[in-house]
Amino acid sequence: MRIKPRIVDVFVRISLNLQAFFTVGILAVIVAIIFIKGSPYINLEFIISSPQDMGRHGGIFSTIVGTILLVLLSIFLATPLGVGTAIFLTEYTKESVFTKVIRFGVESLAGIPSILFGLFGFIFFVTKLKMGWSLLAGVLTTTIMILPTIIRTSEEAIKAVPRSLRIVSYSLSATKWETVKKVVLPSAAPGILTGVMLSVGRAVGETAAIIFTMGSSLRMPLSLMDSGRTMAVHFYILAREGISMENAYATALILVLSILSINILAYYIMNRVISKFS
Amino acid sequence: MKAKITVKDLEVFFDKNQVLRGINLSINKNMITGIMGPAGSGKSTFISILNKMLEFEDNVTIKGNVYIDGVDIINSDVDQVELRRKVGTVFAVPIPLPRSVFENIAYGPRLKGIKDRDELFTIVKESLEKAFLWDEMKDRLNTSALKLSGGQQQRLCLARTLALKPEIILLDEPCSGLDPISTAKIEDALSDLKKEYTIILVSNNTKQIARITDYSAFFYMGNLIEYGPTEKVFTYPANKKTEDYISGKFG
Repeated sequence: MRIKPRIVDVFVRISLNLQAFFTVGILAVIVAIIFIKGSPYINLEFIISSPQDMGRHGGIFSTIVGTILLVLLSIFLATPLGVGTAIFLTEYTKESVFTKVIRFGVESLAGIPSILFGLFGFIFFVTKLKMGWSLLAGVLTTTIMILPTIIRTSEEAIKAVPRSLRIVSYSLSATKWETVKKVVLPSAAPGILTGVMLSVGRAVGETAAIIFTMGSSLRMPLSLMDSGRTMAVHFYILAREGISMENAYATALILVLSILSINILAYYIMNRVISKFS
Repeated sequence: MKAKITVKDLEVFFDKNQVLRGINLSINKNMITGIMGPAGSGKSTFISILNKMLEFEDNVTIKGNVYIDGVDIINSDVDQVELRRKVGTVFAVPIPLPRSVFENIAYGPRLKGIKDRDELFTIVKESLEKAFLWDEMKDRLNTSALKLSGGQQQRLCLARTLALKPEIILLDEPCSGLDPISTAKIEDALSDLKKEYTIILVSNNTKQIARITDYSAFFYMGNLIEYGPTEKVFTYPANKKTEDYISGKFG
Protein backbone atom coordinates (compact mmCIF):
# COMPACT_ATOMS: atom_id res chain seq x y z
CA MET A 1 0.00 0.00 0.00
CA ARG A 2 1.22 3.46 -0.91
CA ILE A 3 1.42 5.98 1.93
CA LYS A 4 -0.33 9.23 1.13
CA PRO A 5 2.12 12.04 0.23
CA ARG A 6 0.39 14.30 2.73
CA ILE A 7 1.16 11.89 5.57
CA VAL A 8 4.76 11.54 4.38
CA ASP A 9 4.97 15.32 4.39
CA VAL A 10 3.78 15.58 7.98
CA PHE A 11 6.15 12.81 9.02
CA VAL A 12 9.12 14.48 7.31
CA ARG A 13 8.33 17.81 8.92
CA ILE A 14 8.13 16.29 12.37
CA SER A 15 11.34 14.34 11.97
CA LEU A 16 13.26 17.35 10.62
CA ASN A 17 12.00 19.37 13.56
CA LEU A 18 13.20 16.69 15.95
CA GLN A 19 16.61 16.62 14.32
CA ALA A 20 16.98 20.37 14.64
CA PHE A 21 15.89 20.26 18.28
CA PHE A 22 18.32 17.42 18.94
CA THR A 23 21.24 19.51 17.63
CA VAL A 24 20.31 22.58 19.61
CA GLY A 25 19.48 20.36 22.59
CA ILE A 26 22.99 18.89 22.77
CA LEU A 27 24.49 22.37 22.69
CA ALA A 28 22.09 23.50 25.42
CA VAL A 29 22.93 20.52 27.64
CA ILE A 30 26.69 21.07 27.28
CA VAL A 31 26.43 24.77 28.02
CA ALA A 32 24.06 24.08 30.95
CA ILE A 33 26.39 21.53 32.57
CA ILE A 34 29.39 23.83 32.21
CA PHE A 35 27.36 26.73 33.52
CA ILE A 36 26.03 24.82 36.57
CA LYS A 37 29.41 23.35 37.45
CA GLY A 38 31.48 26.43 36.68
CA SER A 39 29.46 29.49 37.58
CA PRO A 40 29.80 29.20 41.41
CA TYR A 41 33.56 29.69 41.13
CA ILE A 42 33.57 32.62 38.77
CA ASN A 43 34.06 36.10 40.07
CA LEU A 44 36.11 39.10 39.04
CA GLU A 45 38.99 37.86 41.17
CA PHE A 46 39.10 34.61 39.19
CA ILE A 47 39.39 36.52 35.93
CA ILE A 48 41.96 39.14 36.89
CA SER A 49 44.32 37.22 39.16
CA SER A 50 47.00 34.82 38.06
CA PRO A 51 47.00 31.10 38.84
CA GLN A 52 48.76 29.85 41.96
CA ASP A 53 49.79 26.38 43.02
CA MET A 54 49.47 24.97 39.47
CA GLY A 55 46.00 26.39 39.14
CA ARG A 56 44.58 24.88 42.30
CA HIS A 57 44.12 28.40 43.64
CA GLY A 58 44.06 31.86 42.21
CA GLY A 59 42.59 32.87 38.85
CA ILE A 60 43.29 32.34 35.20
CA PHE A 61 44.45 35.76 34.05
CA SER A 62 47.68 34.61 32.41
CA THR A 63 45.84 31.93 30.44
CA ILE A 64 43.30 34.50 29.21
CA VAL A 65 46.17 36.67 28.01
CA GLY A 66 47.85 33.60 26.47
CA THR A 67 44.65 32.68 24.61
CA ILE A 68 44.02 36.19 23.30
CA LEU A 69 47.62 36.60 22.11
CA LEU A 70 47.73 33.21 20.43
CA VAL A 71 44.37 33.61 18.69
CA LEU A 72 44.81 37.23 17.59
CA LEU A 73 48.32 36.75 16.25
CA SER A 74 47.39 33.54 14.43
CA ILE A 75 44.32 35.14 12.87
CA PHE A 76 46.32 38.21 11.84
CA LEU A 77 48.85 35.97 10.13
CA ALA A 78 46.48 33.42 8.63
CA THR A 79 43.74 35.75 7.33
CA PRO A 80 45.81 37.78 4.84
CA LEU A 81 47.72 34.67 3.81
CA GLY A 82 44.58 32.58 3.41
CA VAL A 83 42.46 35.23 1.70
CA GLY A 84 45.41 36.05 -0.57
CA THR A 85 45.72 32.40 -1.57
CA ALA A 86 41.99 32.23 -2.21
CA ILE A 87 42.10 35.36 -4.38
CA PHE A 88 45.04 33.92 -6.30
CA LEU A 89 43.26 30.61 -6.88
CA THR A 90 39.95 32.15 -7.98
CA GLU A 91 40.88 35.38 -9.75
CA TYR A 92 44.43 35.12 -10.98
CA THR A 93 44.71 31.58 -12.30
CA LYS A 94 42.85 29.47 -14.77
CA GLU A 95 41.88 25.97 -13.69
CA SER A 96 44.99 23.85 -14.32
CA VAL A 97 47.10 21.07 -12.86
CA PHE A 98 48.86 23.69 -10.79
CA THR A 99 45.67 24.96 -9.10
CA LYS A 100 44.43 21.42 -8.64
CA VAL A 101 47.65 20.51 -6.82
CA ILE A 102 47.31 23.56 -4.55
CA ARG A 103 43.67 22.78 -3.85
CA PHE A 104 44.45 19.13 -3.16
CA GLY A 105 47.21 20.22 -0.78
CA VAL A 106 44.88 22.62 1.03
CA GLU A 107 42.22 19.94 1.42
CA SER A 108 44.73 17.39 2.71
CA LEU A 109 46.05 19.95 5.15
CA ALA A 110 42.51 20.50 6.44
CA GLY A 111 42.11 16.81 7.19
CA ILE A 112 45.28 16.35 9.21
CA PRO A 113 44.70 15.79 12.94
CA SER A 114 45.95 18.70 15.03
CA ILE A 115 48.39 16.54 16.98
CA LEU A 116 50.40 16.14 13.76
CA PHE A 117 50.62 19.90 13.40
CA GLY A 118 51.80 19.91 17.01
CA LEU A 119 54.51 17.36 16.29
CA PHE A 120 55.59 19.21 13.16
CA GLY A 121 55.69 22.49 15.10
CA PHE A 122 57.70 20.84 17.84
CA ILE A 123 60.24 19.36 15.45
CA PHE A 124 60.49 22.34 13.10
CA PHE A 125 59.82 25.54 15.06
CA VAL A 126 60.66 24.49 18.63
CA THR A 127 63.69 22.28 17.96
CA LYS A 128 65.08 22.93 14.49
CA LEU A 129 64.60 26.70 14.46
CA LYS A 130 65.45 26.78 18.18
CA MET A 131 62.40 28.83 19.14
CA GLY A 132 61.81 26.69 22.21
CA TRP A 133 58.36 26.38 23.71
CA SER A 134 57.17 29.83 22.87
CA LEU A 135 54.22 31.96 21.88
CA LEU A 136 55.90 32.39 18.48
CA ALA A 137 56.11 28.64 17.83
CA GLY A 138 52.50 28.27 18.97
CA VAL A 139 51.31 31.09 16.73
CA LEU A 140 53.12 29.74 13.66
CA THR A 141 51.80 26.22 14.23
CA THR A 142 48.24 27.45 14.78
CA THR A 143 48.49 29.61 11.67
CA ILE A 144 49.37 26.59 9.53
CA MET A 145 46.59 24.63 11.18
CA ILE A 146 43.80 27.15 10.50
CA LEU A 147 45.03 28.24 7.08
CA PRO A 148 43.13 25.55 5.11
CA THR A 149 39.80 26.53 6.69
CA ILE A 150 40.31 30.18 5.82
CA ILE A 151 41.43 29.37 2.26
CA ARG A 152 38.53 27.02 1.56
CA THR A 153 35.79 29.23 3.00
CA SER A 154 37.24 32.36 1.35
CA GLU A 155 37.47 30.58 -1.97
CA GLU A 156 33.83 29.50 -1.79
CA ALA A 157 32.79 33.02 -0.78
CA ILE A 158 34.74 34.61 -3.64
CA LYS A 159 33.41 32.11 -6.17
CA ALA A 160 29.87 32.94 -5.06
CA VAL A 161 30.26 36.57 -6.17
CA PRO A 162 28.45 36.79 -9.54
CA ARG A 163 30.68 37.06 -12.60
CA SER A 164 28.43 39.83 -13.90
CA LEU A 165 29.57 42.14 -11.08
CA ARG A 166 33.18 41.66 -12.15
CA ILE A 167 32.31 42.30 -15.80
CA VAL A 168 30.49 45.51 -14.86
CA SER A 169 33.47 46.64 -12.82
CA TYR A 170 35.86 46.02 -15.72
CA SER A 171 33.51 47.82 -18.11
CA LEU A 172 33.66 50.83 -15.78
CA SER A 173 37.42 50.96 -16.36
CA ALA A 174 38.56 49.08 -13.25
CA THR A 175 41.68 46.93 -13.33
CA LYS A 176 41.70 43.41 -11.98
CA TRP A 177 43.01 44.40 -8.57
CA GLU A 178 40.58 47.34 -8.29
CA THR A 179 37.76 44.94 -9.09
CA VAL A 180 38.93 42.45 -6.48
CA LYS A 181 39.35 45.17 -3.88
CA LYS A 182 36.19 47.18 -4.50
CA VAL A 183 33.68 44.61 -5.70
CA VAL A 184 34.72 41.03 -5.03
CA LEU A 185 36.08 41.27 -1.49
CA PRO A 186 33.24 43.42 -0.06
CA SER A 187 30.67 41.00 -1.50
CA ALA A 188 32.60 37.99 -0.21
CA ALA A 189 33.26 39.50 3.23
CA PRO A 190 30.45 37.71 5.12
CA GLY A 191 31.63 34.33 3.84
CA ILE A 192 35.25 35.12 4.60
CA LEU A 193 34.26 36.20 8.11
CA THR A 194 32.52 32.87 8.66
CA GLY A 195 35.77 31.10 7.86
CA VAL A 196 37.71 33.38 10.17
CA MET A 197 35.22 32.74 12.98
CA LEU A 198 35.47 28.97 12.50
CA SER A 199 39.24 29.36 12.71
CA VAL A 200 39.00 31.44 15.88
CA GLY A 201 36.91 28.64 17.36
CA ARG A 202 39.45 26.05 16.32
CA ALA A 203 42.40 28.03 17.69
CA VAL A 204 40.65 28.81 20.98
CA GLY A 205 39.74 25.16 21.50
CA GLU A 206 43.03 23.63 20.43
CA THR A 207 45.11 21.80 23.04
CA ALA A 208 47.36 19.11 21.56
CA ALA A 209 49.17 21.24 19.00
CA ILE A 210 49.63 24.04 21.53
CA ILE A 211 51.06 21.99 24.38
CA PHE A 212 53.73 20.75 21.95
CA THR A 213 54.68 24.18 20.67
CA MET A 214 53.73 26.89 23.13
CA GLY A 215 54.24 24.73 26.19
CA SER A 216 52.11 25.14 29.26
CA SER A 217 53.85 27.70 31.44
CA LEU A 218 51.52 29.46 33.83
CA ARG A 219 53.63 32.60 33.84
CA MET A 220 52.38 35.64 31.98
CA PRO A 221 53.72 35.59 28.39
CA LEU A 222 55.52 38.92 28.00
CA SER A 223 57.32 38.35 24.71
CA LEU A 224 56.99 36.22 21.61
CA MET A 225 59.69 33.91 22.93
CA ASP A 226 57.93 33.20 26.23
CA SER A 227 56.09 29.98 26.83
CA GLY A 228 52.46 30.33 27.88
CA ARG A 229 49.22 28.51 28.44
CA THR A 230 45.83 28.97 26.81
CA MET A 231 42.52 28.48 28.60
CA ALA A 232 41.84 25.25 26.73
CA VAL A 233 45.24 23.84 27.73
CA HIS A 234 44.67 25.01 31.30
CA PHE A 235 41.29 23.32 31.40
CA TYR A 236 42.79 20.12 29.99
CA ILE A 237 45.64 20.02 32.49
CA LEU A 238 43.46 20.90 35.49
CA ALA A 239 41.03 18.11 34.62
CA ARG A 240 43.58 15.55 33.38
CA GLU A 241 45.85 15.85 36.37
CA GLY A 242 42.93 16.13 38.78
CA ILE A 243 44.26 19.42 40.11
CA SER A 244 40.95 21.19 40.51
CA MET A 245 37.70 20.24 38.78
CA GLU A 246 36.07 23.42 40.14
CA ASN A 247 38.59 25.68 38.45
CA ALA A 248 38.52 23.49 35.33
CA TYR A 249 34.78 24.06 34.89
CA ALA A 250 35.10 27.73 35.72
CA THR A 251 37.78 28.05 33.01
CA ALA A 252 35.60 26.15 30.56
CA LEU A 253 32.68 28.45 31.25
CA ILE A 254 34.74 31.56 30.54
CA LEU A 255 36.06 29.88 27.40
CA VAL A 256 32.54 29.15 26.15
CA LEU A 257 31.27 32.61 27.05
CA SER A 258 34.14 34.29 25.23
CA ILE A 259 33.62 32.23 22.07
CA LEU A 260 29.92 33.09 22.19
CA SER A 261 30.54 36.79 22.63
CA ILE A 262 33.17 36.87 19.85
CA ASN A 263 30.65 35.24 17.51
CA ILE A 264 27.87 37.63 18.45
CA LEU A 265 30.15 40.63 18.09
CA ALA A 266 31.47 39.48 14.72
CA TYR A 267 28.00 38.93 13.28
CA TYR A 268 26.79 42.23 14.69
CA ILE A 269 29.63 44.07 12.94
CA MET A 270 29.05 42.08 9.75
CA ASN A 271 25.34 42.89 9.70
CA ARG A 272 26.13 46.57 10.08
CA VAL A 273 28.51 46.37 7.15
CA ILE A 274 26.05 44.44 4.97
CA SER A 275 23.08 46.68 5.74
CA LYS A 276 25.14 49.64 4.59
CA PHE A 277 25.20 48.18 1.09
CA SER A 278 21.84 46.52 0.60
CA MET B 1 30.26 63.14 -41.84
CA LYS B 2 33.16 61.73 -39.90
CA ALA B 3 33.74 58.08 -39.15
CA LYS B 4 34.40 57.43 -35.47
CA ILE B 5 34.87 53.71 -35.84
CA THR B 6 36.08 51.85 -38.92
CA VAL B 7 35.95 48.06 -39.04
CA LYS B 8 37.90 46.12 -41.67
CA ASP B 9 37.60 42.40 -42.44
CA LEU B 10 36.72 41.55 -38.86
CA GLU B 11 36.57 37.83 -38.09
CA VAL B 12 35.96 36.24 -34.70
CA PHE B 13 36.26 32.61 -33.74
CA PHE B 14 35.21 30.85 -30.53
CA ASP B 15 37.48 27.82 -30.70
CA LYS B 16 36.92 26.75 -34.31
CA ASN B 17 33.44 28.16 -34.49
CA GLN B 18 33.36 31.33 -36.59
CA VAL B 19 30.88 33.88 -35.23
CA LEU B 20 31.81 36.94 -37.30
CA ARG B 21 32.66 36.48 -40.99
CA GLY B 22 34.48 39.45 -42.43
CA ILE B 23 32.65 42.54 -41.20
CA ASN B 24 33.36 45.89 -42.93
CA LEU B 25 31.66 49.08 -41.84
CA SER B 26 32.18 52.63 -40.62
CA ILE B 27 30.24 54.10 -37.77
CA ASN B 28 29.53 57.81 -37.75
CA LYS B 29 30.11 60.28 -34.99
CA ASN B 30 27.15 61.79 -33.11
CA MET B 31 24.65 59.34 -34.47
CA ILE B 32 22.78 56.36 -33.16
CA THR B 33 23.76 53.28 -35.11
CA GLY B 34 21.44 50.34 -34.66
CA ILE B 35 22.53 46.75 -34.94
CA MET B 36 19.80 44.20 -35.40
CA GLY B 37 19.65 40.54 -36.19
CA PRO B 38 18.28 37.28 -34.86
CA ALA B 39 19.83 35.51 -31.87
CA GLY B 40 23.26 34.11 -32.67
CA SER B 41 23.93 36.56 -35.49
CA GLY B 42 27.03 37.97 -33.79
CA LYS B 43 25.76 41.42 -32.82
CA SER B 44 26.72 41.20 -29.13
CA THR B 45 30.09 39.74 -30.07
CA PHE B 46 30.60 42.65 -32.45
CA ILE B 47 30.10 45.37 -29.84
CA SER B 48 32.07 43.55 -27.14
CA ILE B 49 35.08 43.85 -29.42
CA LEU B 50 34.85 47.63 -29.43
CA ASN B 51 35.80 47.95 -25.76
CA LYS B 52 37.80 44.73 -25.54
CA MET B 53 35.33 43.03 -23.21
CA LEU B 54 35.46 39.95 -25.43
CA GLU B 55 38.84 39.13 -23.92
CA PHE B 56 37.16 37.77 -20.79
CA GLU B 57 35.87 34.83 -22.84
CA ASP B 58 38.08 31.79 -23.31
CA ASN B 59 39.62 30.68 -26.60
CA VAL B 60 38.68 33.71 -28.67
CA THR B 61 40.55 34.52 -31.87
CA ILE B 62 40.09 37.95 -33.43
CA LYS B 63 41.32 38.83 -36.94
CA GLY B 64 41.06 42.08 -38.88
CA ASN B 65 41.24 45.73 -37.88
CA VAL B 66 39.06 47.96 -35.74
CA TYR B 67 40.05 51.61 -35.80
CA ILE B 68 38.68 53.99 -33.19
CA ASP B 69 39.76 57.56 -33.97
CA GLY B 70 42.35 56.06 -36.29
CA VAL B 71 43.92 53.74 -33.71
CA ASP B 72 43.75 50.01 -34.38
CA ILE B 73 42.56 48.58 -31.06
CA ILE B 74 42.99 44.96 -32.17
CA ASN B 75 46.57 45.01 -33.35
CA SER B 76 48.14 47.82 -31.35
CA ASP B 77 48.83 47.76 -27.67
CA VAL B 78 46.00 49.94 -26.35
CA ASP B 79 45.49 50.57 -22.66
CA GLN B 80 42.30 48.70 -21.79
CA VAL B 81 41.49 51.02 -18.90
CA GLU B 82 41.73 54.08 -21.15
CA LEU B 83 39.75 52.33 -23.89
CA ARG B 84 36.91 51.47 -21.50
CA ARG B 85 36.75 55.07 -20.35
CA LYS B 86 36.37 56.12 -23.96
CA VAL B 87 33.96 53.32 -24.89
CA GLY B 88 31.29 52.78 -22.23
CA THR B 89 28.89 49.85 -22.09
CA VAL B 90 25.32 49.33 -20.91
CA PHE B 91 24.41 45.65 -20.65
CA ALA B 92 21.12 43.90 -21.38
CA VAL B 93 20.41 43.16 -17.74
CA PRO B 94 20.89 46.11 -15.39
CA ILE B 95 23.56 45.11 -12.90
CA PRO B 96 23.89 47.70 -10.15
CA LEU B 97 26.88 47.27 -7.87
CA PRO B 98 25.79 46.50 -4.30
CA ARG B 99 26.24 50.05 -3.07
CA SER B 100 24.32 53.33 -3.04
CA VAL B 101 23.01 55.15 -6.11
CA PHE B 102 25.67 57.82 -5.62
CA GLU B 103 28.51 55.35 -5.22
CA ASN B 104 27.42 53.38 -8.28
CA ILE B 105 27.81 56.44 -10.45
CA ALA B 106 30.93 57.65 -8.66
CA TYR B 107 32.60 54.25 -9.19
CA GLY B 108 34.24 55.14 -12.50
CA PRO B 109 35.21 58.72 -11.56
CA ARG B 110 36.72 57.48 -8.27
CA LEU B 111 38.86 55.02 -10.25
CA LYS B 112 40.12 57.98 -12.21
CA GLY B 113 41.35 59.38 -8.91
CA ILE B 114 38.65 62.00 -8.29
CA LYS B 115 38.16 62.26 -4.55
CA ASP B 116 36.67 65.70 -4.07
CA ARG B 117 33.09 65.30 -2.84
CA ASP B 118 31.77 68.39 -4.69
CA GLU B 119 33.38 67.36 -7.95
CA LEU B 120 31.95 63.85 -7.61
CA PHE B 121 28.53 65.28 -6.80
CA THR B 122 28.61 67.43 -9.95
CA ILE B 123 29.45 64.41 -12.09
CA VAL B 124 26.75 62.29 -10.44
CA LYS B 125 24.14 65.01 -10.92
CA GLU B 126 25.05 65.63 -14.56
CA SER B 127 25.08 61.93 -15.36
CA LEU B 128 21.70 61.36 -13.72
CA GLU B 129 20.23 64.34 -15.55
CA LYS B 130 21.45 63.05 -18.90
CA ALA B 131 19.92 59.65 -18.15
CA PHE B 132 16.60 61.36 -17.25
CA LEU B 133 16.83 60.00 -13.73
CA TRP B 134 17.83 63.00 -11.60
CA ASP B 135 14.30 64.00 -10.60
CA GLU B 136 13.55 60.52 -9.32
CA MET B 137 16.92 60.06 -7.59
CA LYS B 138 17.81 63.46 -6.16
CA ASP B 139 16.42 62.53 -2.73
CA ARG B 140 17.50 58.90 -2.91
CA LEU B 141 21.22 59.19 -3.68
CA ASN B 142 22.13 57.27 -0.55
CA THR B 143 19.69 54.40 -0.95
CA SER B 144 20.99 51.10 -2.21
CA ALA B 145 20.88 50.82 -5.98
CA LEU B 146 19.48 47.30 -5.55
CA LYS B 147 16.22 48.81 -4.27
CA LEU B 148 15.40 50.66 -7.50
CA SER B 149 12.91 49.36 -10.07
CA GLY B 150 14.22 47.59 -13.18
CA GLY B 151 13.72 50.64 -15.39
CA GLN B 152 15.43 52.91 -12.89
CA GLN B 153 18.31 50.46 -12.54
CA GLN B 154 18.85 50.47 -16.29
CA ARG B 155 18.91 54.26 -16.43
CA LEU B 156 21.26 54.17 -13.44
CA CYS B 157 23.55 51.92 -15.45
CA LEU B 158 23.36 54.41 -18.33
CA ALA B 159 24.19 57.26 -15.94
CA ARG B 160 27.06 55.22 -14.51
CA THR B 161 28.47 54.77 -18.00
CA LEU B 162 28.03 58.48 -18.76
CA ALA B 163 29.99 59.34 -15.61
CA LEU B 164 33.06 57.85 -17.29
CA LYS B 165 32.73 60.73 -19.79
CA PRO B 166 32.97 58.35 -22.73
CA GLU B 167 32.92 59.28 -26.41
CA ILE B 168 31.20 56.11 -27.54
CA ILE B 169 28.35 54.31 -25.76
CA LEU B 170 27.56 50.68 -26.50
CA LEU B 171 24.13 49.41 -25.52
CA ASP B 172 23.49 45.69 -25.70
CA GLU B 173 19.71 45.25 -25.86
CA PRO B 174 19.25 47.72 -23.01
CA CYS B 175 15.46 47.55 -23.09
CA SER B 176 14.98 43.81 -23.43
CA GLY B 177 13.70 43.42 -19.88
CA LEU B 178 11.84 46.70 -19.55
CA ASP B 179 8.22 47.80 -19.82
CA PRO B 180 7.16 50.23 -22.62
CA ILE B 181 7.26 53.29 -20.35
CA SER B 182 10.78 52.58 -19.12
CA THR B 183 11.80 51.81 -22.69
CA ALA B 184 10.45 55.17 -23.86
CA LYS B 185 12.47 56.95 -21.16
CA ILE B 186 15.68 55.23 -22.27
CA GLU B 187 14.93 56.04 -25.91
CA ASP B 188 14.30 59.70 -25.07
CA ALA B 189 17.58 59.83 -23.21
CA LEU B 190 19.46 58.26 -26.11
CA SER B 191 17.98 60.60 -28.71
CA ASP B 192 19.11 63.46 -26.54
CA LEU B 193 22.58 62.03 -25.97
CA LYS B 194 23.57 61.57 -29.61
CA LYS B 195 24.46 65.26 -29.82
CA GLU B 196 27.46 64.57 -27.62
CA TYR B 197 28.16 60.87 -28.09
CA THR B 198 28.49 58.19 -30.70
CA ILE B 199 25.91 55.58 -29.79
CA ILE B 200 25.71 51.98 -30.90
CA LEU B 201 22.49 50.22 -30.00
CA VAL B 202 22.06 46.48 -30.34
CA SER B 203 18.43 45.46 -30.37
CA ASN B 204 16.16 42.64 -31.33
CA ASN B 205 13.34 45.08 -31.54
CA THR B 206 13.18 46.28 -35.16
CA LYS B 207 10.60 48.92 -34.26
CA GLN B 208 12.99 50.41 -31.75
CA ILE B 209 15.77 50.46 -34.36
CA ALA B 210 13.45 52.18 -36.82
CA ARG B 211 12.30 54.70 -34.20
CA ILE B 212 15.53 56.05 -32.88
CA THR B 213 18.54 55.11 -35.01
CA ASP B 214 20.10 57.09 -37.84
CA TYR B 215 22.03 54.23 -39.40
CA SER B 216 21.28 50.58 -39.06
CA ALA B 217 23.06 47.32 -39.72
CA PHE B 218 21.53 43.90 -40.16
CA PHE B 219 23.61 40.95 -38.99
CA TYR B 220 22.79 37.39 -39.92
CA MET B 221 24.80 34.26 -39.09
CA GLY B 222 27.95 36.30 -38.55
CA ASN B 223 27.63 38.26 -41.79
CA LEU B 224 26.80 41.91 -42.24
CA ILE B 225 23.90 41.66 -44.68
CA GLU B 226 22.92 45.28 -44.96
CA TYR B 227 24.10 48.63 -43.65
CA GLY B 228 22.95 52.14 -44.42
CA PRO B 229 20.74 55.04 -43.33
CA THR B 230 17.89 53.59 -41.26
CA GLU B 231 15.23 55.17 -43.45
CA LYS B 232 16.64 53.48 -46.52
CA VAL B 233 17.17 50.12 -44.82
CA PHE B 234 13.58 50.07 -43.63
CA THR B 235 11.93 51.38 -46.80
CA TYR B 236 14.04 49.94 -49.61
CA PRO B 237 16.07 47.12 -48.17
CA ALA B 238 18.60 45.92 -50.74
CA ASN B 239 18.60 42.36 -49.52
CA LYS B 240 15.67 39.98 -49.35
CA LYS B 241 16.87 38.66 -45.95
CA THR B 242 16.70 42.16 -44.48
CA GLU B 243 13.22 42.64 -45.81
CA ASP B 244 12.08 39.32 -44.34
CA TYR B 245 13.62 40.17 -40.99
CA ILE B 246 12.19 43.64 -40.59
CA SER B 247 8.79 42.51 -41.77
CA GLY B 248 8.86 39.87 -39.08
CA LYS B 249 9.06 36.75 -41.25
CA PHE B 250 11.81 35.33 -39.06
CA GLY B 251 13.91 36.39 -36.10
